[in-house]
Amino acid sequence: MIYFDNSATTKPFEEVMTAYQKAATQFFANPSSLHYLGSDAERLLMRTRQAVAEQLRIETEEVIFTSGGTESNNLAIKGIAFQHQTRGKHLITSSVEHPSVLEVFKELEQNGFEVSYASVDHSGKVDPEEIKSLIRKDTILISIMSVNNELGTIQPLEEIGDIAGMYPKVLFHADHVQGIGKVPLSLKKAKVDLCSISGHKIHGLKGTGILYVRKGVLLSPLFHGGGHEANRRSGTENLPGMVAFAKALRMIKEKEKKQLNELIHLRHHLINQLNVMEQVIVNSPLSGAPHIINVSVPGIKPEVMIHALAKKNIFVSAKSACSSKQPDVSSVLKACNLKESVTKSAIRISLSYSNTIEEADLFLKEFNSAIRYLEKGR
Amino acid sequence: MQFDLILIRYGEMAIKGKNRNYFERKLQNHLIKKLEPFKGTRVKKSRDRMYVVLNGEDPHAVMKECQEVFGIHSLSFAVKVEKEETEIKKASLYAFQDAHNAKTFKVSSKRADKSFSIRSQDLNHKVGGYVLANTDGVTVNVHEPDVELKIEVRNDAAYITAQDYPGAGGLPVGTTGKSLLLLSGGIDSPVSGYLTMKRGVQLEAIHFHSPPYTSDRSKQKVLDLASELAKYGQTINVHIVPFTALQQKIHQEIPEGYGMTVMRRMMMRVSEQIARKREILSLTTGESLGQVASQTMESMNAINDVTNYPVIRPLVAMDKLDIIEISRKIKTYPISKLPYEDCCTIFVPKAPKTKPTRENANYYESNVDFEKELTEAIEQTEMVEVRARQKTTGEFDDLL
Repeated sequence: MIYFDNSATTKPFEEVMTAYQKAATQFFANPSSLHYLGSDAERLLMRTRQAVAEQLRIETEEVIFTSGGTESNNLAIKGIAFQHQTRGKHLITSSVEHPSVLEVFKELEQNGFEVSYASVDHSGKVDPEEIKSLIRKDTILISIMSVNNELGTIQPLEEIGDIAGMYPKVLFHADHVQGIGKVPLSLKKAKVDLCSISGHKIHGLKGTGILYVRKGVLLSPLFHGGGHEANRRSGTENLPGMVAFAKALRMIKEKEKKQLNELIHLRHHLINQLNVMEQVIVNSPLSGAPHIINVSVPGIKPEVMIHALAKKNIFVSAKSACSSKQPDVSSVLKACNLKESVTKSAIRISLSYSNTIEEADLFLKEFNSAIRYLEKGR
Repeated sequence: MQFDLILIRYGEMAIKGKNRNYFERKLQNHLIKKLEPFKGTRVKKSRDRMYVVLNGEDPHAVMKECQEVFGIHSLSFAVKVEKEETEIKKASLYAFQDAHNAKTFKVSSKRADKSFSIRSQDLNHKVGGYVLANTDGVTVNVHEPDVELKIEVRNDAAYITAQDYPGAGGLPVGTTGKSLLLLSGGIDSPVSGYLTMKRGVQLEAIHFHSPPYTSDRSKQKVLDLASELAKYGQTINVHIVPFTALQQKIHQEIPEGYGMTVMRRMMMRVSEQIARKREILSLTTGESLGQVASQTMESMNAINDVTNYPVIRPLVAMDKLDIIEISRKIKTYPISKLPYEDCCTIFVPKAPKTKPTRENANYYESNVDFEKELTEAIEQTEMVEVRARQKTTGEFDDLL
């Protein structure tokens, strides 16, 4: 099996599963319970939070555990919008954000907020100058992803952060779900106020993730109840999930430290070879994230290509998994002003640290023969 | 490019005379111990300062550790490069960019190796020009720069330092003796311990535990607090005194208004005995004048009556808000705020005497025989060795 769909989700690390199971069986008690089983669980919870904070070089109270990227994005955007709506009701994002960001903004537009969507160039990149020009007196939030989930384009977060930093009332949210563990982001340097991270994209488990909220930033919660996570996310803590997240984060950070160059090399190898194929157009910028390659084979429906490759036990995606069931063209590629033949035929190859050059070569071979075969039916 | 060294400048100990060596050795040992997890690092002493050789370890992580060691006035990263103009320029830019918010700078070059062909003045200009050309919105200010780029051309290499990071100040822990800290779970006592350690004192701690009125969590909380304090020195021995029997007896036998006063006096008696056993010459408390009933002038007088050991009270003249600020800085605040009962919050009289007298306290105590309970409390005291947080929390390392 060649699994090249790691931006959709990743296979959990063995160590993550073991940690989850151990935490779920040995520390099942509610961390809020007063007896010592509860206090053991609470100690583990505190230590887990500390481990996550250490990995991200932030403070423990800046970590809110959530159920994943979608919740983190919702909590960040709605949380800031509702908390600070008296300051202003204008928000800024880009036209290539993940649906868990874009749909939230659409919802807010229904509720009296005004949203400006920054455009992107043909590689999917936003222009910090445009962001700057969109800022108004009543702007309260800028939300930009670190890495585009379809193209792998890396957004200039440090520059945007510098701009946001000049406006004390404008908070800056970064959706770092695709970037974590592959594209280094210094939260301090990029002056990020809120940052979403998901567990299942880094070989952790579904239903786990965090939102970083810089100390001093207030946000209104989505969930009300027992006041967990310092009143910002009520609900009995998913302690084993948090443990699994911390473990996955530690492991991906280690791999990033040791294997990032290998991954970059693997991607370059694939891009070079794909560029040689005359039917193939590489949509991702060469300088993009080291794990995402978006290509188009004009004339061949992505769905058909995916099934053809799956027959050979090779797994890739069309667009992002979250929107691939909708039949229309990729809205991200459309926003990049690419031709319709390209936007209608895009395929996403997404890598992990465990993929090899051998797998890449086998993929290229099968991809090539699939194109030849499918071209006949064009 | 990356930082090769951390330069360490001494604080007050630089003015020590003949025993300066002793202070330096203590400081060096603390640094070595503190940096144990960073296997590559080496701590070296030179004539008037110390430096850490990083050998590829994460500079900012090591810096953070060093900033928690008392006896250091300030620290800087240093880059070591070939004595060659382009290398020096690149390194200077790199070092400058570490100071994210710096808007102005100046360059000060020193040429210990006079065979180096560029004179100091010229080097200042060349490097200054290079930094200006490669940054935005940065200007030179020779009088009050945000950052002073220092270039030292020595025989072996050129060394470049930029931003100064503040050290923890004070004196190396262990250079001024030992004290026994009365550690409750509150905000004040850890701060008091911290300030005492800052003056070079090595701490042991004593905590009064009254199960089942106080839970294991409140005991763990105290160990966690001690663990935060241990970051600034070495292992802290925490003496856990079983206090239930004494507290119950006080509750039954002493008039309610004097319950708190007598309880405090018992704590002092036990503490003095433990200190004696451990060859510790003083007690440290978190008392701050006027905060609560036990901290009025009258209470202090009545409580202090039972010991002639010196009682160090670093917080006595501090405002609560200033104490809280320190507790936030040293990260004990969030632990202190955890809402568990401790021995001072149980059996609280409805109206404790704010103006007790020694005479009354002595009189009430003379009617009761506490000997048995006191002896048992001291005998059954358990000692727990608490290390700095990163090290104690090994219990869950396999999971995380």
